[in-house]
Amino acid sequence: MKLKVAFSSFIPLFAAAGLLWYNANKPLITNTVNPDADNAGLKLPAGFGALRAAENTGRARHIAVTAGGDIYVKLNRPKEGKGIVYLQDANDDGKMDDTKMFGNYGGTGMYLKNGYLYASSDTEVFRYKLNENGQVINPDAPEKIVTGLIERRQHESKSIVVDNNDNLYVNVGAYSNSCQEKDRTPGSMGRKGCPVLDSAGGIWQFKASKPNQTYKDGVRYATGLRNVVGLDWNQQDNQLFVMQHGRDQLHDLFPALYTVQQSAIYPAECMYALKKGDNAGWPYIYYNQDEHKKIVAPEYGGDGKKEGSKEYIDPAAAYPGHMAPNGLLFYTGSMFPEKYKNGAFIAFHGSWNRAPEPQAGFFVVFQPFKDGKPFGKYEVFADGFAGSPEKTASGRADHKPCGLAQGPDGSLYVSDDVKGTIYRIVYNK
Amino acid sequence: MNRIHILTIALLALTTSAFAQKSPARKAGVAKLKTAVATSSAADGKVVYAQNCLTCHQADGGGVSNMNPPLIKTDYVLGDKNRLIKIVLNGFNDRVEIEGETYNNVMPALNHLTDKQIADVLTYVRSNFGNKANAVTAAEVKKVRGK
Repeated sequence: MKLKVAFSSFIPLFAAAGLLWYNANKPLITNTVNPDADNAGLKLPAGFGALRAAENTGRARHIAVTAGGDIYVKLNRPKEGKGIVYLQDANDDGKMDDTKMFGNYGGTGMYLKNGYLYASSDTEVFRYKLNENGQVINPDAPEKIVTGLIERRQHESKSIVVDNNDNLYVNVGAYSNSCQEKDRTPGSMGRKGCPVLDSAGGIWQFKASKPNQTYKDGVRYATGLRNVVGLDWNQQDNQLFVMQHGRDQLHDLFPALYTVQQSAIYPAECMYALKKGDNAGWPYIYYNQDEHKKIVAPEYGGDGKKEGSKEYIDPAAAYPGHMAPNGLLFYTGSMFPEKYKNGAFIAFHGSWNRAPEPQAGFFVVFQPFKDGKPFGKYEVFADGFAGSPEKTASGRADHKPCGLAQGPDGSLYVSDDVKGTIYRIVYNK
Repeated sequence: MNRIHILTIALLALTTSAFAQKSPARKAGVAKLKTAVATSSAADGKVVYAQNCLTCHQADGGGVSNMNPPLIKTDYVLGDKNRLIKIVLNGFNDRVEIEGETYNNVMPALNHLTDKQIADVLTYVRSNFGNKANAVTAAEVKKVRGK
């Protein structure tokens, strides 16, 4: 009896010791998920790991992650008639195991702000009210926020972002390569006062909470942007940053002025920090990232050297040609090491018009920032999406990174619009 | 008689008899000749392809998803030659769906190419990238262009 009492009084002690032992021996990662054994096929800096949070979601364009860690994925083309995928993780292992679909339209834009999910088709922007758990309350009845945007097949994606003042920014890409009289026709010159710019080739600003807006309700916030897919609101600067897809085919269209090799790496893919009224200069100029100059486009009298007007803004940063920056994200989380804080991740979808030179891109880049401005050279952060160097060179990539999002724990999510893999990149201290 | 004369006579005899009898040997000879012509046309066509088509349709003819259609075993390439010739002459800017995929990019008119260049490049495309369709001739291109 005495012994029994003595023993039972020791039970809490055993339990405490057991807990101590368990804590000492369980993996050091306490608040993150475990990476896949192969890091989801990605090459990452030391200390980082990756897992496939979801696979085969469809043509996954932009993505958004809720405060609870659920993922919304916008599909370029509807799958089984639905264009938005909602993924939930029932057991917190990082692998999304519950899939719901809604929205009967394809598109690119996906953004969470102020208790709403914003989504775009190639002509309209919608929003869905969320409940306190970040779930869409009425998936079949979104509010139509913007309608009637131009879609003439080329550069059709309508990427979206919302600022802190109830403004919605929408990219309307130019339905042209370089505003030639005859699009993509060798030697054809540029149209005078490029008429594309009246309704495309720029960023339009609308109210984020006003229904049924059309062009006349919006403001052409910035122009001279050929096509923007990746864009984000920089909270430090309280400013819109965009990634432009530079023009194609300098050599094909003006072989006397550009070699095949020059055509493969020029012009730059540019990052712009935009203010209202800015003009980035498309189609009249392009940016040469090695000479750090704005060059007059050959369609508008350029010879490959002549410098363009100073009225056009300079890029905040410039990257090699044709790599197709489809995602931009300013990292505000605290999971990653300090150097990443407030820097930019850029998803380069990968090139096609570098051919016959080897293709490039198919990776996620980190651009360091200091005091709200790009600082120093970019570095490749996540590579290996293509599957092999040969697949990168041929452009026949297994996966192409497209959208970026930050999770509540500071994880970085990357979508792939070839096979629909959703990657989650984590840092293990 | 030297050897060349003997060969010439032998060849003449062979062709004459071949013309008279339409022998399988002659048919095979004509087929071989056609193949040789097509092969040389395709070789010239490869050069035309590199200069005018490769950036968009790619070296492997596979195109670029969502943008530039593939040239591999599609009805556009293997089917009606006149439609194919017209696409090269007039360009292509329609919504197109090929095997469930859509392609958004613009193809310019390539009517600055000669009849022979167009015939060569189409012969190249129709006999490469896994395609096995017969040659396109300059006469066929000329006929479509004249319409």
